[in-house]
Order: sequence, then structure tokens, then C-alpha cells
Amino acid sequence: MRDVAVVAFAQTVHTGHDTGLAEPELLLPVIDEVKRATGLKRFGFTCSGSCDYLAGAPFSFVSALDAVGAWPPISESHVEMDGAFALYEAWVRLQHGDIDTALVYGFGKSSMSDIREIMTLQLDPYYLAPLGLDQVSYAALQAAAVNADRAALDEIVRRSRADGRANPYALDLPDPSGEEFEVEPLRPYDVAPVTDGAAAVVLAAGDHARELAGRPAWITGIAHRAEPHYLGMRDLARSVSTAEAGRAAGVGKGPVDVAELHTQFSHEEPILREALGLSGDVTVNPSGGPLAANPVMATGLIRIGEAARRILDGSADRAVAHATSGPCLQQNLVAVLDQSL
Amino acid sequence: MPSEESLVAAHVLEFPGGYTRTTGPVIGRFLTELRDRRLVGVRTAGGRVLVPPLEYDPDTGEPVTEEYVEVGPAGTVQAWAWVGSPRPGHPLDRPFAWALIRLDGAGTALVHAVDAGSPKALRPGLRVRPRWRAATTGHITDIECFLPEVTSLVAPVRAEYRVTPGRALTRFLEGVRDGRFVGGRCAACVAVYVPYRVSCPACGSVIEEEVEVAGTGTVTTFAINNLPDPRAPEVPFVSAYVLLDGADTPMIALIGGVPAHEVRQGMRVRAVWLPPEERTLSMANVKWFEPTGEPDADLDESTGGAR
Repeated sequence: MRDVAVVAFAQTVHTGHDTGLAEPELLLPVIDEVKRATGLKRFGFTCSGSCDYLAGAPFSFVSALDAVGAWPPISESHVEMDGAFALYEAWVRLQHGDIDTALVYGFGKSSMSDIREIMTLQLDPYYLAPLGLDQVSYAALQAAAVNADRAALDEIVRRSRADGRANPYALDLPDPSGEEFEVEPLRPYDVAPVTDGAAAVVLAAGDHARELAGRPAWITGIAHRAEPHYLGMRDLARSVSTAEAGRAAGVGKGPVDVAELHTQFSHEEPILREALGLSGDVTVNPSGGPLAANPVMATGLIRIGEAARRILDGSADRAVAHATSGPCLQQNLVAVLDQSL
Repeated sequence: MPSEESLVAAHVLEFPGGYTRTTGPVIGRFLTELRDRRLVGVRTAGGRVLVPPLEYDPDTGEPVTEEYVEVGPAGTVQAWAWVGSPRPGHPLDRPFAWALIRLDGAGTALVHAVDAGSPKALRPGLRVRPRWRAATTGHITDIECFLPEVTSLVAPVRAEYRVTPGRALTRFLEGVRDGRFVGGRCAACVAVYVPYRVSCPACGSVIEEEVEVAGTGTVTTFAINNLPDPRAPEVPFVSAYVLLDGADTPMIALIGGVPAHEVRQGMRVRAVWLPPEERTLSMANVKWFEPTGEPDADLDESTGGAR
């Protein structure tokens, strides 16, 4: 395997409302920031993650290339998924050995539509989507299956929002309160907030990484696994695919200083902790995590970026990042980032 | 910063009339059976019955067998989520549950709606059955929703009576009509019973002596009631045993004019009467008992009850 590291990460100051910027305008500053941080103007490969349904326009991701600059022609790809999965493609592309750097970005404006119902469109068109099963409803089914302790969920949201208030890029959300349910057993605050934002990461291989960063965040393991789409075909109380991806990425091969998990609902944290074998003393989502800022299609990439940032700035030596896609944690990506190889 | 004059356009993404999809043989079989109001699963090589059927075994990736198995129509709820405020796209326009339902004979769970009326009606293990749409078309929504199986019914019970109070209670109510509490003294026991009665429940003697007791007394015990009652003005209300001064037995009465949580044993109270012109032969003449403001009585000396 070729050694690949995260050498730069940037994200927008995420907002809970539409600031009036189009996606390329949202993206331009973060692309600019990672270009300045690395001194790179061109990359061996560019890969992005976004979802056309967020903007309601086919091939809307193509216009985002305006923020990158695609002339002379660049080598470019896109996944209709979170940017974390674009990062996986870029990591694979770097394994080919003919290029040394890659730019990865993800972006999304959930404010433009109703994300709960947009997410219905990702469900299978035969059995689930025709029922009008929305995102919070299927998440609530998983919360019911895991039967999470209410006080523990409240504490996860309280901690996430407090950490989010301390994170200049996350939203300022108050401590959770209120007894009403969104879809029982989930309360409104158990659901990640509607957020607009973008993020970018630069990957570099081998000595290029050492040249571009003082403490590159080496990706010592990265893997993703998927489970059956249909909710009734799997045990929603556990995340088998996260556990398998975590094993393949080598999470358990060393101590974990910090974990950034793609928890769009509070009950997903205990499921993911268990799947990854993270003990109670592992710090999870010190950034506030998705419960404090959830720019859909960038949120997973931000988990990798936040984990890498702590390696890059020396505040952690080994970190785990997780990203998810599909209903009820259907597909999960796990990356281990380490200050040494 | 958002500009005051931000331009916003409404935009709709839609396939007018819907997007046509082919089902393939496996899903098509399920939907065809559904149109005939039958539920079928497909058996995997490993023997598991997938409902709804998929073309491949999710465990192995192998194609499923061609053996279709009728399942249900009843099933068991494994997990549920309660929707208090249905959205326009939801299958029901009143509160309902999403549920994972394992149909009888199936090895997997079906996701559908349960019309249960209240979240209290739901529990893991609840037995449910489909409610079919009047016209079926071969669509997952041919099942409108699932309904809990019948496990109870409500039987009407009602009989009508004409009751009379009897001589002793009539005498007591006559006193109440006149703003007085009438008791009876047992000469043998030297105890005063309120309300008035014609015989002593302790010794069986005929009570000869009628006595009037005070409109003031002491709360000996009480209960805070949180269920509405037509005889009480509001919820919560306090019903108490009041030992009227001069009586040896307490009388049950409402306590009012004081927050429920302030009522206590030993509290001194007085009767609040309706104006004389509104009185009838009824205990309703006493609106309730209210605190007198006197210091609490020592309950050891006023525990009530006949000696």
C-alpha cells in the first residue's frame, strides 16, 4: 500500500439558514484555503461528493467545478454521496502510483428543501419510498430498536451542542429542552440541524505529504462496508457494517485519542461506539459533530477533516473518523488517522 | 450576510404522472400477489423467507430460490416509532406508528404503518393485521396500514334506579336544608353519630336523641383526587373526613378555598353554605369546607370514630 495522508482541511462557517450563496460560492473559500495551506494550485486528482436532489437539479455538481478551475482539463470524479466516500475514491486513485496529490470536497445546502422528505427519495422505490417513510421516521425506528436510554441521549445532545458552541464553524444551539417528540422516541433535538456548508481536504502520498505538512495525518486504514438496504432485513440495534469496516481499518490496533462519528441522530452514537469498540473514555465528536452542524454531503468528510486536524495540530496522535450513507447507517466508512505510519 | 433583497424562486422537481419502473420477476410476484390481497415471501437457498422478497439473499448475495411462501396476513410488531404529527406524504392523516412487522412465517420484518390510535396501544410483540385498500393495484400501499388484532371489546353497562334516602338520611338532609348538621346520640355508648341515624352501629341500640353539631370541625384524613367528578368543582379536588365539633364520627366532605397541597390532617375547617334561597334537600347545600384559619387541632384528641 502507498502511504497517503491528509495534509490540509478547511470548512465553511456553517449556517442554519440559506445565506444567499450558490454552491460554487459556498465552496470557493474552502478550496482557496486548502490551496493556500498547501501551496498547491493543481492536483493529480479531484473528487467531490454531493447530492443533486439537495438542489433539485441534475448534474448540479458540475457547476461546483467552477470553484476548482477545470481548464486545462483536470482528472475529476464525483460520487452522489458524502464527500467522505469521494475521499475513499481519491485514496484508491492515489494507490495507482501515478499521481501524488488529490483534492476532495463535499458540499450541500439542506436549507433549500425539506431534507426529511428529500431523504425519502434515496429509499427503494418499490417497498419503502411509496410509503412516504421520511428520514426522521426511519431513524426513530432504529432508535426504538436500540432502545437507548433517554438520559444518555439527552447527555449526548447536551455535550454535542456545548462542544458545537465552542467550535467557530458549528452552529450555536442551546442546551436541549422540551418533552415533545418529533417521531417518538426521538425528540426534535435528537435530530441533526438543517445546515448549509462545505468542506475540502487535500490528500498527498509519501514524501509529498511530508513536504506539505509538518505532521501529516497518515491514513493507516480506511474501509467501507454496506448492509442490506431494506430495514427489516437487518438488526437495526447494531451496525455490523461499521464493525466490519472498523476491523478492516484497524481501529482496535492501537489506542484511540479521539473519534469523529457521523451521528445525524443522538441514538447513533451508542450504536457506533459499540460497533467500533470505543470505550466510554474515548472522546467522541469534540467538534460537536453532526448534532451541532450537519452540512449534508460534507458532514462525513468533515469527520475525517476534524480527526485529521487534531493530528496535524499535534493535539492527538491517533484518531478515528466515521462517515455514513443510506437509511439507518446502511453504509459505513471508517478511517484511522495516525501521526506515524 | 443574507441580503434584504435576496432573490428566491420556487422550484419543483417532478416526474409528471410518476416515474415508470419495471419490477423484475421477484418484486413483481410480490406486488401481483398483493393485488390479490395475498402476502408472499421468497425462500432463500438457506431457507430464510424474505418478506418483502428480494432477488438476492442479503446474507450471501446468492439468487433466491423460486419458492414463494404465503405469509401472514397477521404479524408481530418488533419495533415501532410514533408519528404524532403526520406529514403530507405519510400514509395516514392521523397519528400512527411506523413499525417493523414480522409477518407469520416470514424470516424478516416488513416496514409499514400501524393505525393504533395511541402510542399506548403499541408494544413489541403486538399482533397486527393488514387493512386492505378498497381497490388494489399491485402497490405496497394496497395495504393501507396494519391494525392491532382484536384483544378486547367495550361492553355497555347501564341500569336505571329510583333511590330514596330512608328516614334517617331524610332527617339529616332536612337539617342541611335549614343550614344545620343533625346527629344522633346513642344513650348507651354516649357517642354522637353524624349524619343522623336511627340505630347505633356499635351497640345496636335505638337512637332516641337528636343533637345539632357545629358547622366547624377538623380534617382527620383526606385524599387528593385527580379524576373529574360531577360533584366536585374542579380537578384536583380534595375529599376529606371532617370531624365536626360535637360529633364522634367524621363525615366525608369536599375541602375548598385552599390549594390541594396545603390541606393537612388537623386542619380546622368550616362549612360554606349556599345562600338559603338556593338550598334543597341535598348535601349540595354545603359547597365545601374551607379553612377557618385557626391553629391546627391536635389529632390525638380528634381522631374521630365512635368510641
